[in-house]
Amino acid sequence: MSEINNGQSETRVIEAGPPLWLLAEITYACPLHCAYCSNPLNLTDKKDEIGTEEWLRVLSEARDMGAVQLGFSGGEPLLRKDLEQMVAHASELGFYTNLITSGIGMTEKRIAALKDAGLDHIQLSFQAANAEANDLIGNRRHSFAQKLEVAKLIKQYEYPMVLNFCLTAQNIDQIDDVLALATELDADFVELATVQYYGWAYVNRDQLLPSKATLEAAEAKVNAFRDKQNGKGPKFIFVSPDYYEDRPKACMNGWGSTFLTVTPDGSALPCHSAKILPMTFPNVKDKSLQDIWYQDFSFNKFRGYDWMPSPCRDCDEKEKDFGGCRCQAYMLTGDMYQADPVCSKSPHHHTIEAAIESAAKQHDKSVILRDPKNKIDIVTV
Amino acid sequence: MSQVPKRNRLYKLQFEKAQDSYVLLYPEGMVKLNPSAAEILLQVDGEQSVDDIIIALKTKFPEAPDDIGDDITAFLSDAESKDWIHYV
Repeated sequence: MSEINNGQSETRVIEAGPPLWLLAEITYACPLHCAYCSNPLNLTDKKDEIGTEEWLRVLSEARDMGAVQLGFSGGEPLLRKDLEQMVAHASELGFYTNLITSGIGMTEKRIAALKDAGLDHIQLSFQAANAEANDLIGNRRHSFAQKLEVAKLIKQYEYPMVLNFCLTAQNIDQIDDVLALATELDADFVELATVQYYGWAYVNRDQLLPSKATLEAAEAKVNAFRDKQNGKGPKFIFVSPDYYEDRPKACMNGWGSTFLTVTPDGSALPCHSAKILPMTFPNVKDKSLQDIWYQDFSFNKFRGYDWMPSPCRDCDEKEKDFGGCRCQAYMLTGDMYQADPVCSKSPHHHTIEAAIESAAKQHDKSVILRDPKNKIDIVTV
Repeated sequence: MSQVPKRNRLYKLQFEKAQDSYVLLYPEGMVKLNPSAAEILLQVDGEQSVDDIIIALKTKFPEAPDDIGDDITAFLSDAESKDWIHYV
Protein backbone atom coordinates (compact mmCIF):
# COMPACT_ATOMS: atom_id res chain seq x y z
CA MET A 1 0.00 0.00 0.00
CA SER A 2 1.38 3.41 -0.81
CA GLU A 3 -0.06 6.78 0.02
CA ILE A 4 0.65 9.68 -2.27
CA ASN A 5 0.40 13.18 -0.82
CA ASN A 6 -0.74 15.81 -3.32
CA GLY A 7 1.18 14.03 -6.02
CA GLN A 8 4.24 15.89 -4.71
CA SER A 9 6.15 13.99 -2.10
CA GLU A 10 5.51 10.35 -1.55
CA THR A 11 5.15 8.89 1.91
CA ARG A 12 5.58 5.20 1.79
CA VAL A 13 3.50 3.27 4.26
CA ILE A 14 4.18 -0.37 3.69
CA GLU A 15 1.92 -2.88 5.28
CA ALA A 16 3.84 -5.51 7.14
CA GLY A 17 2.43 -8.61 8.75
CA PRO A 18 3.67 -9.75 12.15
CA PRO A 19 7.14 -11.23 12.59
CA LEU A 20 6.18 -14.90 12.70
CA TRP A 21 9.73 -16.05 13.43
CA LEU A 22 11.86 -14.67 16.23
CA LEU A 23 15.46 -15.76 16.34
CA ALA A 24 16.91 -15.07 19.78
CA GLU A 25 20.68 -15.16 19.47
CA ILE A 26 21.34 -15.14 23.18
CA THR A 27 25.15 -15.31 23.06
CA TYR A 28 27.92 -15.29 20.46
CA ALA A 29 30.14 -17.36 22.74
CA CYS A 30 30.64 -20.88 21.43
CA PRO A 31 32.76 -23.87 22.44
CA LEU A 32 33.23 -24.68 18.74
CA HIS A 33 35.21 -22.62 16.25
CA CYS A 34 33.80 -23.67 12.89
CA ALA A 35 35.37 -21.92 9.94
CA TYR A 36 32.00 -21.77 8.18
CA CYS A 37 30.21 -19.91 10.98
CA SER A 38 27.79 -17.30 9.65
CA ASN A 39 28.23 -15.12 12.71
CA PRO A 40 29.90 -11.72 12.47
CA LEU A 41 33.64 -11.47 12.16
CA ASN A 42 33.97 -9.21 15.15
CA LEU A 43 32.51 -11.07 18.10
CA THR A 44 30.56 -9.27 20.76
CA ASP A 45 31.99 -9.37 24.24
CA LYS A 46 30.06 -11.28 26.85
CA LYS A 47 29.80 -8.08 28.87
CA ASP A 48 27.67 -6.50 26.11
CA GLU A 49 25.06 -9.25 26.30
CA ILE A 50 21.59 -8.14 27.34
CA GLY A 51 20.20 -9.60 30.57
CA THR A 52 17.46 -12.04 31.45
CA GLU A 53 14.79 -9.43 32.16
CA GLU A 54 15.36 -7.76 28.82
CA TRP A 55 15.07 -11.08 26.98
CA LEU A 56 11.86 -11.95 28.82
CA ARG A 57 10.37 -8.60 27.79
CA VAL A 58 11.46 -9.12 24.15
CA LEU A 59 9.78 -12.53 24.10
CA SER A 60 6.54 -11.13 25.54
CA GLU A 61 6.49 -8.26 23.04
CA ALA A 62 7.15 -10.56 20.07
CA ARG A 63 4.41 -12.95 21.15
CA ASP A 64 1.95 -10.07 21.56
CA MET A 65 2.69 -9.10 17.96
CA GLY A 66 1.87 -12.61 16.73
CA ALA A 67 5.29 -14.30 16.62
CA VAL A 68 4.86 -18.04 17.01
CA GLN A 69 8.16 -19.74 16.16
CA LEU A 70 11.03 -18.96 18.47
CA GLY A 71 14.59 -20.14 17.96
CA PHE A 72 17.15 -20.01 20.77
CA SER A 73 20.45 -19.80 19.01
CA GLY A 74 23.87 -18.21 19.23
CA GLY A 75 26.78 -18.97 19.53
CA GLU A 76 25.89 -21.78 21.84
CA PRO A 77 22.67 -20.99 23.72
CA LEU A 78 23.48 -23.59 26.40
CA LEU A 79 26.22 -21.26 27.62
CA ARG A 80 23.55 -19.03 29.12
CA LYS A 81 22.45 -20.27 32.52
CA ASP A 82 19.10 -18.48 32.19
CA LEU A 83 18.14 -20.51 29.08
CA GLU A 84 15.68 -22.65 31.06
CA GLN A 85 14.04 -19.52 32.47
CA MET A 86 13.63 -18.04 28.98
CA VAL A 87 12.23 -21.30 27.59
CA ALA A 88 9.72 -21.53 30.45
CA HIS A 89 8.56 -17.97 29.80
CA ALA A 90 8.33 -18.51 26.03
CA SER A 91 6.42 -21.72 26.48
CA GLU A 92 3.95 -20.10 28.81
CA LEU A 93 3.40 -17.40 26.17
CA GLY A 94 2.49 -20.12 23.64
CA PHE A 95 5.60 -20.03 21.44
CA TYR A 96 6.79 -23.14 19.63
CA THR A 97 10.30 -23.21 21.07
CA ASN A 98 13.31 -24.48 19.11
CA LEU A 99 16.75 -24.94 20.63
CA ILE A 100 19.50 -24.72 18.03
CA THR A 101 22.58 -26.21 19.63
CA SER A 102 25.96 -27.81 19.06
CA GLY A 103 25.12 -30.12 21.96
CA ILE A 104 28.30 -29.13 23.80
CA GLY A 105 27.34 -28.44 27.40
CA MET A 106 24.11 -30.45 27.30
CA THR A 107 23.65 -32.79 30.24
CA GLU A 108 20.81 -35.08 31.24
CA LYS A 109 19.96 -32.70 34.07
CA ARG A 110 19.61 -29.77 31.67
CA ILE A 111 17.69 -31.66 28.99
CA ALA A 112 15.21 -32.77 31.66
CA ALA A 113 14.93 -29.21 33.02
CA LEU A 114 14.35 -27.90 29.47
CA LYS A 115 11.60 -30.50 28.99
CA ASP A 116 9.96 -29.34 32.22
CA ALA A 117 10.26 -25.76 31.00
CA GLY A 118 8.28 -26.76 27.88
CA LEU A 119 10.95 -26.85 25.17
CA ASP A 120 9.34 -28.21 21.99
CA HIS A 121 12.24 -29.22 19.74
CA ILE A 122 16.01 -29.58 19.62
CA GLN A 123 18.12 -29.08 16.53
CA LEU A 124 21.56 -30.60 16.96
CA SER A 125 24.45 -29.70 14.67
CA PHE A 126 27.10 -32.11 13.46
CA GLN A 127 30.25 -31.02 11.65
CA ALA A 128 30.79 -34.42 10.01
CA ALA A 129 29.75 -38.07 10.35
CA ASN A 130 32.92 -39.29 12.05
CA ALA A 131 34.88 -38.19 15.10
CA GLU A 132 38.07 -37.22 13.33
CA ALA A 133 36.53 -34.88 10.76
CA ASN A 134 33.88 -33.56 13.16
CA ASP A 135 36.34 -32.64 15.89
CA LEU A 136 38.75 -31.10 13.40
CA ILE A 137 36.14 -28.86 11.72
CA GLY A 138 34.72 -27.61 15.04
CA ASN A 139 38.24 -27.57 16.49
CA ARG A 140 37.19 -29.31 19.68
CA ARG A 141 38.31 -32.73 20.84
CA HIS A 142 35.69 -35.32 21.83
CA SER A 143 32.89 -33.14 20.50
CA PHE A 144 31.62 -35.92 18.19
CA ALA A 145 31.28 -38.34 21.09
CA GLN A 146 29.42 -35.70 23.10
CA LYS A 147 27.03 -35.05 20.20
CA LEU A 148 26.20 -38.77 19.94
CA GLU A 149 25.34 -38.78 23.64
CA VAL A 150 23.16 -35.70 23.24
CA ALA A 151 21.34 -37.24 20.26
CA LYS A 152 20.47 -40.23 22.47
CA LEU A 153 19.25 -37.94 25.25
CA ILE A 154 17.07 -35.99 22.78
CA LYS A 155 15.35 -39.22 21.74
CA GLN A 156 15.16 -40.51 25.30
CA TYR A 157 13.37 -37.35 26.41
CA GLU A 158 11.06 -37.59 23.38
CA TYR A 159 11.90 -34.33 21.70
CA PRO A 160 11.47 -34.04 17.95
CA MET A 161 15.06 -34.20 16.71
CA VAL A 162 16.42 -32.30 13.74
CA LEU A 163 20.04 -32.85 12.81
CA ASN A 164 21.94 -30.22 10.90
CA PHE A 165 25.00 -31.01 8.85
CA CYS A 166 26.84 -28.12 7.22
CA LEU A 167 28.29 -29.40 3.98
CA THR A 168 31.54 -27.95 2.68
CA ALA A 169 34.40 -29.08 0.42
CA GLN A 170 35.88 -30.66 3.58
CA ASN A 171 33.05 -33.12 4.31
CA ILE A 172 30.72 -33.35 1.30
CA ASP A 173 32.37 -36.53 -0.01
CA GLN A 174 31.27 -38.27 3.21
CA ILE A 175 27.58 -37.86 2.44
CA ASP A 176 26.91 -41.64 2.59
CA ASP A 177 28.16 -41.71 6.17
CA VAL A 178 26.01 -38.70 7.02
CA LEU A 179 22.88 -40.44 5.68
CA ALA A 180 23.72 -43.61 7.60
CA LEU A 181 24.46 -41.80 10.86
CA ALA A 182 21.24 -39.75 10.75
CA THR A 183 19.24 -42.92 10.14
CA GLU A 184 20.98 -44.75 12.98
CA LEU A 185 20.29 -41.86 15.36
CA ASP A 186 16.62 -41.92 14.30
CA ALA A 187 16.38 -38.22 13.48
CA ASP A 188 13.01 -36.83 12.46
CA PHE A 189 14.40 -34.30 10.00
CA VAL A 190 17.92 -33.79 8.67
CA GLU A 191 19.12 -30.57 7.12
CA LEU A 192 21.95 -31.11 4.71
CA ALA A 193 22.85 -27.48 4.29
CA THR A 194 25.60 -26.49 1.96
CA VAL A 195 27.28 -23.58 3.60
CA GLN A 196 26.27 -20.06 2.63
CA TYR A 197 28.98 -17.46 2.54
CA TYR A 198 28.41 -15.00 5.37
CA GLY A 199 30.56 -14.03 8.34
CA TRP A 200 33.51 -16.35 8.81
CA ALA A 201 32.36 -18.51 5.93
CA TYR A 202 32.91 -15.58 3.57
CA VAL A 203 36.52 -15.27 4.68
CA ASN A 204 37.01 -18.99 4.04
CA ARG A 205 34.99 -19.14 0.83
CA ASP A 206 37.79 -20.38 -1.44
CA GLN A 207 38.40 -23.28 0.93
CA LEU A 208 34.78 -24.16 1.70
CA LEU A 209 32.93 -23.95 -1.62
CA PRO A 210 32.52 -27.44 -3.12
CA SER A 211 32.71 -27.84 -6.88
CA LYS A 212 29.48 -28.16 -8.82
CA ALA A 213 30.29 -31.75 -9.77
CA THR A 214 30.87 -32.76 -6.13
CA LEU A 215 27.67 -31.08 -5.11
CA GLU A 216 25.60 -32.76 -7.79
CA ALA A 217 27.07 -36.14 -6.90
CA ALA A 218 26.14 -35.59 -3.24
CA GLU A 219 22.61 -34.53 -4.10
CA ALA A 220 22.17 -37.56 -6.36
CA LYS A 221 23.20 -39.82 -3.46
CA VAL A 222 20.68 -38.15 -1.16
CA ASN A 223 17.91 -38.59 -3.76
CA ALA A 224 18.79 -42.26 -4.26
CA PHE A 225 18.81 -42.83 -0.49
CA ARG A 226 15.44 -41.10 -0.14
CA ASP A 227 13.95 -43.34 -2.85
CA LYS A 228 14.97 -46.42 -0.88
CA GLN A 229 13.52 -45.12 2.41
CA ASN A 230 9.90 -45.98 1.48
CA GLY A 231 8.61 -43.14 3.60
CA LYS A 232 10.45 -44.48 6.67
CA GLY A 233 13.27 -42.90 8.65
CA PRO A 234 14.47 -39.31 8.69
CA LYS A 235 13.26 -36.74 6.19
CA PHE A 236 16.30 -35.33 4.43
CA ILE A 237 16.30 -31.74 3.25
CA PHE A 238 19.12 -30.85 0.88
CA VAL A 239 19.97 -27.17 0.62
CA SER A 240 22.13 -26.23 -2.39
CA PRO A 241 24.42 -23.22 -2.14
CA ASP A 242 22.95 -20.34 -4.09
CA TYR A 243 26.27 -19.76 -5.85
CA TYR A 244 25.31 -22.49 -8.32
CA GLU A 245 21.84 -21.14 -8.99
CA ASP A 246 20.94 -18.56 -11.61
CA ARG A 247 18.16 -16.97 -9.57
CA PRO A 248 18.67 -15.69 -6.02
CA LYS A 249 17.02 -17.13 -2.93
CA ALA A 250 13.96 -15.31 -1.56
CA CYS A 251 16.14 -14.23 1.33
CA MET A 252 14.29 -14.23 4.67
CA ASN A 253 11.05 -14.49 2.66
CA GLY A 254 11.52 -10.77 2.00
CA TRP A 255 13.13 -8.14 4.20
CA GLY A 256 11.07 -7.45 7.32
CA SER A 257 8.29 -9.79 6.24
CA THR A 258 8.55 -12.80 8.52
CA PHE A 259 11.87 -12.91 10.40
CA LEU A 260 13.15 -10.88 13.27
CA THR A 261 16.53 -11.55 14.83
CA VAL A 262 17.66 -10.14 18.15
CA THR A 263 21.41 -10.44 18.65
CA PRO A 264 23.26 -10.97 21.96
CA ASP A 265 23.73 -7.21 22.48
CA GLY A 266 20.05 -6.46 21.80
CA SER A 267 20.30 -5.27 18.21
CA ALA A 268 17.17 -6.06 16.21
CA LEU A 269 17.82 -7.17 12.64
CA PRO A 270 15.70 -8.33 9.70
CA CYS A 271 18.20 -11.17 9.27
CA HIS A 272 21.12 -12.37 11.32
CA SER A 273 23.73 -11.12 8.84
CA ALA A 274 22.31 -7.63 8.34
CA LYS A 275 24.73 -5.97 10.73
CA ILE A 276 27.37 -5.92 8.00
CA LEU A 277 25.25 -3.44 6.01
CA PRO A 278 26.15 0.26 6.15
CA MET A 279 23.09 1.31 8.11
CA THR A 280 22.04 1.68 11.71
CA PHE A 281 19.84 -0.91 13.35
CA PRO A 282 17.72 -0.34 16.45
CA ASN A 283 18.30 -1.94 19.82
CA VAL A 284 15.67 -3.51 22.06
CA LYS A 285 17.18 -1.59 24.97
CA ASP A 286 15.92 1.66 23.41
CA LYS A 287 12.64 0.78 21.72
CA SER A 288 9.76 -1.66 21.90
CA LEU A 289 9.75 -4.49 19.38
CA GLN A 290 6.49 -3.15 17.99
CA ASP A 291 8.14 0.20 17.26
CA ILE A 292 11.15 -1.52 15.76
CA TRP A 293 9.23 -3.84 13.48
CA TYR A 294 6.62 -1.40 12.18
CA GLN A 295 8.27 2.02 12.46
CA ASP A 296 12.02 1.73 12.30
CA PHE A 297 13.65 3.08 9.17
CA SER A 298 15.89 0.03 8.83
CA PHE A 299 13.00 -2.46 8.82
CA ASN A 300 11.05 -0.43 6.27
CA LYS A 301 14.04 0.21 4.03
CA PHE A 302 13.79 -2.86 1.81
CA ARG A 303 10.13 -3.68 2.28
CA GLY A 304 8.07 -3.67 -0.90
CA TYR A 305 9.57 -3.03 -4.34
CA ASP A 306 10.06 0.74 -4.62
CA TRP A 307 13.67 0.62 -3.41
CA MET A 308 14.79 -1.60 -6.26
CA PRO A 309 17.04 -0.39 -9.04
CA SER A 310 17.11 -2.15 -12.42
CA PRO A 311 17.18 -5.03 -13.30
CA CYS A 312 15.01 -5.98 -10.28
CA ARG A 313 12.64 -3.04 -10.67
CA ASP A 314 11.41 -4.21 -14.06
CA CYS A 315 11.74 -7.93 -13.41
CA ASP A 316 8.65 -10.13 -13.46
CA GLU A 317 10.24 -12.39 -10.83
CA LYS A 318 10.71 -9.68 -8.18
CA GLU A 319 7.70 -10.87 -6.19
CA LYS A 320 9.19 -14.34 -6.08
CA ASP A 321 12.71 -13.57 -4.83
CA PHE A 322 12.53 -9.92 -3.66
CA GLY A 323 15.85 -9.22 -5.41
CA GLY A 324 17.62 -11.85 -3.30
CA CYS A 325 19.90 -11.17 -0.37
CA ARG A 326 20.85 -7.59 0.60
CA CYS A 327 23.93 -8.78 2.48
CA GLN A 328 25.20 -10.80 -0.46
CA ALA A 329 24.60 -7.83 -2.80
CA TYR A 330 26.61 -5.65 -0.45
CA MET A 331 29.44 -8.13 0.10
CA LEU A 332 29.90 -8.79 -3.61
CA THR A 333 29.14 -5.40 -5.21
CA GLY A 334 29.67 -2.87 -2.40
CA ASP A 335 26.11 -1.61 -2.95
CA MET A 336 23.30 -3.06 -0.87
CA TYR A 337 20.62 -1.89 -3.34
CA GLN A 338 21.92 -4.03 -6.20
CA ALA A 339 20.34 -7.25 -7.38
CA ASP A 340 21.82 -10.26 -5.61
CA PRO A 341 24.73 -11.18 -7.94
CA VAL A 342 23.60 -14.82 -7.89
CA CYS A 343 20.99 -13.71 -10.44
CA SER A 344 22.17 -14.20 -14.00
CA LYS A 345 20.40 -10.93 -14.87
CA SER A 346 22.64 -9.03 -12.43
CA PRO A 347 25.40 -6.94 -14.03
CA HIS A 348 27.62 -8.29 -11.21
CA HIS A 349 26.96 -11.97 -11.82
CA HIS A 350 30.60 -12.31 -12.87
CA THR A 351 31.61 -11.92 -9.19
CA ILE A 352 29.91 -15.26 -8.46
CA GLU A 353 31.57 -16.91 -11.44
CA ALA A 354 34.92 -15.52 -10.29
CA ALA A 355 34.36 -16.91 -6.78
CA ILE A 356 33.62 -20.37 -8.15
CA GLU A 357 36.72 -20.22 -10.33
CA SER A 358 38.86 -19.00 -7.46
CA ALA A 359 37.65 -21.82 -5.18
CA ALA A 360 38.40 -24.38 -7.89
CA LYS A 361 42.00 -23.13 -8.06
CA GLN A 362 42.39 -23.21 -4.27
CA HIS A 363 44.12 -26.49 -3.51
CA ASP A 364 45.14 -25.64 0.03
CA LYS A 365 41.85 -26.23 1.86
CA SER A 366 43.10 -25.14 5.29
CA VAL A 367 40.76 -22.63 6.91
CA ILE A 368 40.76 -19.73 9.36
CA LEU A 369 38.86 -20.86 12.46
CA ARG A 370 36.29 -18.67 14.17
CA ASP A 371 38.14 -17.72 17.27
CA PRO A 372 38.60 -14.45 19.15
CA LYS A 373 42.33 -14.75 18.55
CA ASN A 374 41.66 -14.76 14.81
CA LYS A 375 39.44 -11.72 15.20
CA ILE A 376 38.99 -9.97 11.88
CA ASP A 377 37.42 -6.61 11.17
CA ILE A 378 34.33 -6.59 9.03
CA VAL A 379 35.37 -7.33 5.47
CA THR A 380 33.74 -5.49 2.64
CA VAL A 381 34.69 -5.25 -0.99
CA MET B 1 -14.36 -47.30 9.76
CA SER B 2 -13.12 -48.61 13.06
CA GLN B 3 -9.54 -47.44 12.56
CA VAL B 4 -8.33 -45.06 15.27
CA PRO B 5 -6.26 -42.10 14.10
CA LYS B 6 -3.69 -40.48 16.37
CA ARG B 7 -1.90 -37.18 15.94
CA ASN B 8 1.83 -37.22 15.27
CA ARG B 9 3.57 -35.81 18.35
CA LEU B 10 5.87 -33.87 16.00
CA TYR B 11 3.00 -31.54 15.15
CA LYS B 12 1.54 -29.36 17.84
CA LEU B 13 -2.04 -28.15 17.31
CA GLN B 14 -2.95 -24.79 18.80
CA PHE B 15 -5.13 -21.76 18.19
CA GLU B 16 -3.24 -18.67 17.04
CA LYS B 17 -4.96 -15.39 17.75
CA ALA B 18 -2.81 -13.47 15.25
CA GLN B 19 -3.78 -15.93 12.49
CA ASP B 20 -7.37 -16.21 13.71
CA SER B 21 -7.10 -19.93 13.08
CA TYR B 22 -5.77 -23.21 14.36
CA VAL B 23 -2.24 -24.04 13.24
CA LEU B 24 0.05 -27.05 13.30
CA LEU B 25 3.48 -26.18 14.62
CA TYR B 26 6.54 -28.33 14.01
CA PRO B 27 10.31 -27.73 14.05
CA GLU B 28 10.77 -24.31 12.49
CA GLY B 29 7.48 -24.45 10.60
CA MET B 30 3.75 -23.78 10.73
CA VAL B 31 0.71 -24.95 8.77
CA LYS B 32 -2.37 -22.76 8.95
CA LEU B 33 -5.52 -24.89 9.05
CA ASN B 34 -8.88 -24.03 7.54
CA PRO B 35 -11.82 -24.28 9.98
CA SER B 36 -12.98 -27.74 8.86
CA ALA B 37 -9.49 -29.23 8.96
CA ALA B 38 -9.11 -27.85 12.48
CA GLU B 39 -12.47 -29.30 13.62
CA ILE B 40 -11.45 -32.75 12.36
CA LEU B 41 -7.96 -32.68 13.87
CA LEU B 42 -9.36 -31.52 17.21
CA GLN B 43 -11.37 -34.76 17.28
CA VAL B 44 -8.30 -36.91 16.62
CA ASP B 45 -7.32 -37.98 20.12
CA GLY B 46 -5.98 -41.50 19.67
CA GLU B 47 -9.18 -42.95 21.15
CA GLN B 48 -12.03 -42.14 18.77
CA SER B 49 -12.31 -44.18 15.59
CA VAL B 50 -12.97 -42.56 12.23
CA ASP B 51 -16.65 -43.50 12.60
CA ASP B 52 -16.77 -41.93 16.07
CA ILE B 53 -15.27 -38.75 14.64
CA ILE B 54 -17.85 -38.60 11.85
CA ILE B 55 -20.68 -39.02 14.34
CA ALA B 56 -19.20 -36.43 16.68
CA LEU B 57 -18.90 -33.86 13.91
CA LYS B 58 -22.38 -34.60 12.55
CA THR B 59 -23.73 -33.99 16.03
CA LYS B 60 -21.72 -30.80 16.42
CA PHE B 61 -22.71 -29.50 12.97
CA PRO B 62 -26.26 -30.81 12.29
CA GLU B 63 -26.62 -28.44 9.32
CA ALA B 64 -23.66 -30.09 7.51
CA PRO B 65 -24.46 -32.05 4.31
CA ASP B 66 -25.05 -35.82 4.61
CA ASP B 67 -21.87 -36.78 2.76
CA ILE B 68 -19.66 -34.97 5.29
CA GLY B 69 -18.23 -38.39 6.16
CA ASP B 70 -16.57 -38.60 2.74
CA ASP B 71 -14.92 -35.22 3.26
CA ILE B 72 -13.68 -36.29 6.67
CA THR B 73 -12.16 -39.55 5.44
CA ALA B 74 -10.59 -37.73 2.47
CA PHE B 75 -9.02 -35.18 4.81
CA LEU B 76 -7.74 -37.87 7.18
CA SER B 77 -6.14 -39.71 4.30
CA ASP B 78 -4.45 -36.49 3.21
CA ALA B 79 -3.35 -35.81 6.79
CA GLU B 80 -1.85 -39.30 6.98
CA SER B 81 0.12 -38.78 3.79
CA LYS B 82 1.43 -35.51 5.28
CA ASP B 83 2.43 -37.39 8.42
CA TRP B 84 0.20 -35.29 10.67
CA ILE B 85 -1.60 -38.41 11.88
CA HIS B 86 -1.11 -42.16 11.87
CA TYR B 87 -3.34 -45.08 12.80
CA VAL B 88 -2.93 -46.87 16.12
